[in-house]
Amino acid sequence: MSFETIFREVFKALARNRLRTLLTMLGIIMGVGAFICVVSVGNAGSSRVEEQLHNVGDNLIWVEAGSRAKSGVRVGSRGTKTLVVGDSNAVIEQIPGVRSASPNVDGRLQVVYGNLNWGTQYRGVSPEYFDIRKWVISAGAAFTQDDVDHNAPVCVLGNTVASSLFEDEDPIGKTVNVKGVPFKVIGILQAKGFSATGQDQDDFVVIPITTAQKRISGVEWLDDIYFSAVSREAIPETTKQIISLMRERHHLRASEDDDFNIRTPEELIRAQLATANIFTWLVGSAASLSLLVGGIGIMNIMLVSVTQRTREIGIRLAVGASEQDIQWQFLGEAIVMSLMGGALGVLAGIGGAFLLKNALHWDMLLSPQVMLIAGVFSAAVGIFFGYYPAQKAARLDPIEGLRYE
Amino acid sequence: MNPSGPNALSSQETSPASSTGHAVIAVEDVHKTYDLGETKVHALRGVTLSIRRGEFVAIMGASGSGKSTFMNIIGCLDKPSSGRYLLEDTDVAQLDKKQLAGIRNRKIGFVFQGFNLLARTSALENTELPTLYARIDRAERHQRAVDALNMVGLSERMDHFPSQLSGGQQQRVAIARALVNRPSILLADEPTGNLDSRTSVEVMGIFQNLNNKGLTIILVTHEHDIAQFAKRNIIFRDGKVRRDELITTQSIASEVLKTMPTVEE
Repeated sequence: MSFETIFREVFKALARNRLRTLLTMLGIIMGVGAFICVVSVGNAGSSRVEEQLHNVGDNLIWVEAGSRAKSGVRVGSRGTKTLVVGDSNAVIEQIPGVRSASPNVDGRLQVVYGNLNWGTQYRGVSPEYFDIRKWVISAGAAFTQDDVDHNAPVCVLGNTVASSLFEDEDPIGKTVNVKGVPFKVIGILQAKGFSATGQDQDDFVVIPITTAQKRISGVEWLDDIYFSAVSREAIPETTKQIISLMRERHHLRASEDDDFNIRTPEELIRAQLATANIFTWLVGSAASLSLLVGGIGIMNIMLVSVTQRTREIGIRLAVGASEQDIQWQFLGEAIVMSLMGGALGVLAGIGGAFLLKNALHWDMLLSPQVMLIAGVFSAAVGIFFGYYPAQKAARLDPIEGLRYE
Repeated sequence: MNPSGPNALSSQETSPASSTGHAVIAVEDVHKTYDLGETKVHALRGVTLSIRRGEFVAIMGASGSGKSTFMNIIGCLDKPSSGRYLLEDTDVAQLDKKQLAGIRNRKIGFVFQGFNLLARTSALENTELPTLYARIDRAERHQRAVDALNMVGLSERMDHFPSQLSGGQQQRVAIARALVNRPSILLADEPTGNLDSRTSVEVMGIFQNLNNKGLTIILVTHEHDIAQFAKRNIIFRDGKVRRDELITTQSIASEVLKTMPTVEE
């Protein structure tokens, strides 16, 4: 029998039992649909974590002023006053694994422009900060080391602050007032939107560290320091070196705890990413199990069908069908059912993904690879689970088949 | 009738004579034993006969006489346990399953007692079925099926499903299906068993027509009067040929029909 003839006969046979065909395909449709939905959700989760990874900074090692127990009272994080610019400079001078550093202070302040004012957070940083955090200036420019050296009253505004104070005006070059000090707006940061935890990531003002210390806070100590390691691989070793240097500089005895916190968020996020990927795989395998169950459903129906159609098989054999012809007929039915089920499943999966997106506001990331995998997988299911019933049909004795009532 | 139908077969009679002469079927000392575990059933115990081209043979016998087994072997649905079966000088025992399927497809047309049509499949598609397994293109397949249905007088009902046809009409579809690949022999196993007497005679009329055009027909029946429409009767008993005789006064279906009361179909 030619391929075209087999195809035609397969479709005729499937069309003769439309309901059964549809019900048989249902297992595959649901399996493929669930697989696509689940993997889309998982992919979206992973890509969000990856985005976080991108946002966190360039091989970031973060040192934060820590807590200290003093006569039984433990002050919380940032309670110490021991973290200073000298620490930052010492680290960058003595530890080769550190490429750049930005000592920072932060706090709250009120920014006034004309008759508008806005309460926000400020960060006093060095110019390296923008590179370390991969922050992009969308208008104007960042301040320079020169500004830091001269305690220049300049500021870069977060998008929220800019839009709150300057509705239609161009803020660049304008002067805002902070605690009676006029600050010149030199740049606007590109908006980053809300974080995964719902924080507005654009509601702050960035000023030079020296300006912050001398003109705003009036203190010498730092809240934190951002270090950028030369490479991701260098992070663990560099972290150890920073710890020992800091302890030495802070004159801590071996029995004393660190008076600072050191974190490498990138590693945390990478671990998170690995978890997210494992989760995707896990749920994906669970969904593909349902595809397997769908395949077993096909086999089940095909076996029933072979028995039901014993007489038909007998007739076909009697009028000259070879075993191969019969085998191809039944295998073809299984493959066509699983492929059609797979195609409908892809549609169901896409539909389901959009439904979840709209109903639950989950992120979805449909990838063509996943659909290809689902398609190939369902064809494989058809061949695998159709083979045995097809062989059973082909091995039938025509005399038995013709006698079958 | 269609000129490219079974009458085209008669030209083959000029093929060179072999050791078996013009025999389409030559069976020599054929035994068939079924092994049912503990016991062995001897269905055929040494059958030797030959059937020449253009014969119309009725095979008779009680159930268990071996006539069905014999038909299955003749139809290449089964193989003899021992002995030789030559179909058009081909030793069937030498053929593999695929070649046997090819023989069934091209050289033999089957007609069964229970019609054995595919349900929910039109008369035309049922007739077309054997052509699917032959190397024939689609247009030709369709044409042959139409011709075959014309030959049995069913051109008006090609699109009907078996459930929409009477028994006689269903059997005619089955005959059309048996003829569609232009076989050398037509094997009919109790073709009138499910039909009333008038329809039975009509079917025998179709057979006689086909036989007159040169088609070799082998008919299994247990009805004596049906066997009288053939030209030769072979009676089986206990797995052997008991009697093999030519019919001297063959019943002619068209004449018998005249004597029968017409029944509304």
